[in-house]
Amino acid sequence: MTEEALKTTPLDALNRELGGKMVPFAGYSMPVQYPAGVLTEHLHCRQHAALFDVSHMGQASIHGPGSAAALERLVPGDMQGLPAMRQKYTLLTMEHGGIMDDLMVANLGDDHLFLVVNASRKDIDLAHIAANLPAGLTLERHDDRALLALQGPAAITIMAALAPEAAALPFMGVARITLAGAACLASRSGYTGEDGFEISIPSDRAEDVARLLLAQPGVMPAGLGARDSLRLEAGLCLYGNDIDETTNPVEAALMWTIPKRRRAEANFIGAAPILAALAAGPARKRVGILPEGRAPARGHTPIVDDSGTTLGEITSGGFGPTLNGPCAMGYVRTDLAANGTALSLMVRGKPLPARVTATPFVPHRYVR
Amino acid sequence: MTTVRYTKEHEWVRMEGDIATVGITDHAQEALGDVVFVELPEAGREVEEGEACAVVESVKAASDVYSPLAGTIVEPNQAIVDDPAMVNREATSGAWFFKLKLANASDFDGLMDEAGYNAFLETL
Repeated sequence: MTEEALKTTPLDALNRELGGKMVPFAGYSMPVQYPAGVLTEHLHCRQHAALFDVSHMGQASIHGPGSAAALERLVPGDMQGLPAMRQKYTLLTMEHGGIMDDLMVANLGDDHLFLVVNASRKDIDLAHIAANLPAGLTLERHDDRALLALQGPAAITIMAALAPEAAALPFMGVARITLAGAACLASRSGYTGEDGFEISIPSDRAEDVARLLLAQPGVMPAGLGARDSLRLEAGLCLYGNDIDETTNPVEAALMWTIPKRRRAEANFIGAAPILAALAAGPARKRVGILPEGRAPARGHTPIVDDSGTTLGEITSGGFGPTLNGPCAMGYVRTDLAANGTALSLMVRGKPLPARVTATPFVPHRYVR
Repeated sequence: MTTVRYTKEHEWVRMEGDIATVGITDHAQEALGDVVFVELPEAGREVEEGEACAVVESVKAASDVYSPLAGTIVEPNQAIVDDPAMVNREATSGAWFFKLKLANASDFDGLMDEAGYNAFLETL
């Protein structure tokens, strides 16, 4: 695909002005890094604050009476128990128990749910949701909105100065705020393991808001490269790598997203195979893996035992700048999923020693 | 007098006597980004022209480094294994990858000179 055929975000001109190195990602031209580079952007986010353009992600609303109950048919999370102005991480599940996508759902009150889904999945997800909504409910795509993520320990100070109602939010709280005169929707959440905010903005005001945030002390623009290394250190799944249509929530170690009531009701798409897998115990499990040397093990690296038998594969792996070493996650046979289990990773034909290790590799610093 | 020549794989080669010192170009280190890991061939290994014999990894990705010519590795640069970021700081000087005794010293003349490499970069 040529760059001309790629979609751009409302911040495209600003990203280029900032020196963003633009790459194709999920059909969009996106900054993988700015001139500071992935390593510096990553470390800056953990120490101060980084601003990410994540406008490629899909934003949508479900409106109408009983929207939470209706969405519960498609996701296994507790939507009906989600308080107003709070959001939750959940999954779109499939009939065979696989994962169509992972997403954030916010309850904006008045039977209005606000969704953020992955860029690469938004057309599939939104068609699926629209096709499954009962009469009286509507799905509204927000293709006219940008999304910024302000992440890092300095984010709270910055937001306290600009929008005190955002700074008062608990983790996963949501507020309507005004930034640079624009009506925005902010949530205290993110994809880095740090405290921070994700801010949904009308596209035509996104650049003003981004410039305002970039002008605050300690804020550096950061690209998709740092976003990926930050989420990997935080042990967070990347759809398409760590979870996909062929993984179920049991083996993906995401059963924490399915509370007791939803398991008992078993009325979400894919409930039968997922609950059967839970009862039987999964054959494989997603785990954190730390290589013992310095060599990173990338996605699709085979995981083997002493005799060279393949036990699974790495689904995400690279170098953790804060960890100052390689880290990875992948799927292994359940009997080898206990923390501390020794494994080997076949990197360029050589077995490298590694260990199953609890995630996150770098402790989360969410506000509680 | 020393001469530096280049490959389309973005390696530079400097001849001193019958020993070629090989590294990656500034263009290559810039494209890679922050280098966090380097793997080098052992001394004594015989390599073919174009053989992948070293690896350089940034936060995001791994890339092969190829032997520009046939020969025998005489010395890997342990300094860049110990401090991979050197590759970004001094790609064309201290951060050489390996020294190679060429099978045929005259092969060196077949590589691109600086003007040729710069013209090649223009085509990318």
